[in-house]
Amino acid sequence: MQADTPIIPLPRLDEEPTFNEAWQAQVLAIAQNLIATGAIAADDWSNALGAALCELQVDAKSDTVENYYQAALNTLETLLQANCGISKDVMDQCKSDWTRAYETTPHGQPVKLQ
Amino acid sequence: MPSFDPKKITKIHQHLHSHLPSDPALRVKALETILVEKGLVNSENIDRWVEVYADDIGPKRGAHVVARAWTDPAFKARLLADGSKAVGEMGYAGPASGHLKAVENTADSHNVVVCTLCSCYPFAILGMAPNWYKTAAYRSRVVREPRAVLAEFGVELSEDTAVHVWDSTAELRYLVIPERPAGTDGMTVDELAKLVTRNSMIGTDRDLKTGGV
Repeated sequence: MQADTPIIPLPRLDEEPTFNEAWQAQVLAIAQNLIATGAIAADDWSNALGAALCELQVDAKSDTVENYYQAALNTLETLLQANCGISKDVMDQCKSDWTRAYETTPHGQPVKLQ
Repeated sequence: MPSFDPKKITKIHQHLHSHLPSDPALRVKALETILVEKGLVNSENIDRWVEVYADDIGPKRGAHVVARAWTDPAFKARLLADGSKAVGEMGYAGPASGHLKAVENTADSHNVVVCTLCSCYPFAILGMAPNWYKTAAYRSRVVREPRAVLAEFGVELSEDTAVHVWDSTAELRYLVIPERPAGTDGMTVDELAKLVTRNSMIGTDRDLKTGGV
């Protein structure tokens, strides 16, 4: 990993919000709830997240908070497939259902799955 | 003859679906839906977690633990002997504080915490980890060149100050007890807690100011 030359000084990141978008907080919340109930083991989560970070944070330029949460989301999907028997097809189908729900719900009305 | 401008069509399409969440947001929504259906999580718990750990806890609990350690030597001894048990006494037991080790700064030693693998962090007492803690730059550099990284944070250490770098794991996380600032003898625990910064409990801050956080 070529992370020796950070693109910005580390302390400057302190000025930034921990979460840029709500889904980033939700990924961690889901993961920690699953760890708390024992559906996912804490060390499985940290090992898998570490591997996913290695994959995404390949150089200083890609060492971003966005990539961190992207890695966390990829990790959660991978562990749910491996540990909870939730297939990628089921995830993709549910995502398509939500996409359709958003696309077909008029502005101002609550978006719900049919 | 009708004209077809792909850029214009894309713009109209984006406008029509401008309330469509981003791809990762939709993926998370799908995961939550499936997990709720399977009874593995409930949406109220997810919302509460975000509210509590992102907004409410912050580093306040950790600061209170440190302030108590400064004023109560018996508590400090218990904290250093068994961090999890000691924070549990204060009602701060929770996820990610199950195996907590407290390490103490002294005049000639400094402690700094990292998770070289991912981002393990005692969020039950410090709230959410700062963004820099999750970067590959911090995770890799602080192990190899701790003094240089600390200098970036404004912590200049003399050559005879020893630096200890602690690598967190899912099973073991760390809390740095910074040195109590001079001239704070008459302060209460609550007043002292306000002097303790989040970074000082990770180790990227050292000399606490007596004029406020």
